[in-house]
Amino acid sequence: MEEAVQQQPARTPAELMALAEALIFVADEPISTRLIAEVLGEDKGVIDAAIDELRREYAERGSGLQIREIAGGWQLATRTEFHEEIRTFLKTRPSAKLSIAALETLAVIAYKQPVTVPEILEIRGVQSASAIKTLLDKRLIVAKGRKETVGRPMMYGTSKEFLIQFGLKDLSELPSIEDFEDLVQ
Amino acid sequence: MTQEPEQYSFDFHSETAEIVRDSEELKVKIGDFAGPLDLLLFLIRQEKANIFDIPIAKITDEYLNYIRLMKRLDIAVAADFLVMAAQLIEIKTKMLLPRDPLSQEEDESEDPRQELVDRLLEHEKFKTAAGMLYERSTLEQAVFTRGPIETDETNAEIDATVFDLLGVFQKILARHAEEVKMEIEREEISLSDMIRTLKDRIAAFGEVSLLVFFDEMQNRRELVTAFIAVLEIVKNGGVSLKQKGTFGDIILKSI
Repeated sequence: MEEAVQQQPARTPAELMALAEALIFVADEPISTRLIAEVLGEDKGVIDAAIDELRREYAERGSGLQIREIAGGWQLATRTEFHEEIRTFLKTRPSAKLSIAALETLAVIAYKQPVTVPEILEIRGVQSASAIKTLLDKRLIVAKGRKETVGRPMMYGTSKEFLIQFGLKDLSELPSIEDFEDLVQ
Repeated sequence: MTQEPEQYSFDFHSETAEIVRDSEELKVKIGDFAGPLDLLLFLIRQEKANIFDIPIAKITDEYLNYIRLMKRLDIAVAADFLVMAAQLIEIKTKMLLPRDPLSQEEDESEDPRQELVDRLLEHEKFKTAAGMLYERSTLEQAVFTRGPIETDETNAEIDATVFDLLGVFQKILARHAEEVKMEIEREEISLSDMIRTLKDRIAAFGEVSLLVFFDEMQNRRELVTAFIAVLEIVKNGGVSLKQKGTFGDIILKSI
């Protein structure tokens, strides 16, 4: 396999763009530059350049699609402007949103992870068991082992699905929690 | 009943908890959040009090009023609310106690409200963060990705083997054996007729459940013919056999 790839004549930038595009299209989850590079037997830098160019091309011709960076990978998705028409076609409505309780719990977990149930209770002031169950069911959070403290409570953190559903490249893209301090009051 | 204030109206950002008391009717609308910290924040705002200098006696009274009201309205008061009530009363008590004149060190720093203020601020931060997440998820819902491509992994169906097929067939045979049938007349259906029937059915519906198809057969002889017809059709290609799980129904599909 490796050899076969090596023996091929060097791909042109256009071919690389086309290949990257094809892989991003078939990938069920956001696909990382590293994985694309691995599959194609190319350097990461080359792939990065190809994807940059590809994104520029999409934007330039006002495509209905966009290549987004999400959860550490690339994803082909429709442009936000067309959501109404797409919904008409798909006959869907925005799916059920999370409850305020679940959102608050998710916010605590996202910023404090890994965090235990008692710690979440401390911040929210409310028992959050059902919210945690909802979040686990929706695979937005995952168990991250047990904390070595009294009762060895389970620790929770956010999942890749969380990044995907909230359109985040990675956790560092979350606005800093300290930024919210100014908004308080 | 004692005279209650006419109206309680709570608006926690988008969240609303409303208790409207008219002379005629009583409306209760309480949001999903229902946490003691939210209630406290609301009461503090309502009083236009400074969060760093909470008029603890007044707020405690109002907090307890609210809980009494909840009880009167038969709303189950969550334990968290009662815990907070106890904490408020504790803080209130501490503040009423005269300072120990002998301890000189801590004057301001030992404010019994400090811990509560910290918690309220922390809570408020995460409420804001939750609002941010809400906005993000709303935005995300305007973006669509393609539907899943059918792969072996996503396909719940399992390719059926001849043995699975035989198993289904035997099940049907057994069922037929149990039924006492009145033989009226023997109507011969040839194999080619059976194949045609089955092909027509696949063409018309795209897929045929073997359980259903076999079930329609009137006697063992037809069943055997039907079974051979299935084998024949599969052998000649153009159709696929899939079984939905072990011992499940087998579906004949045109490819």
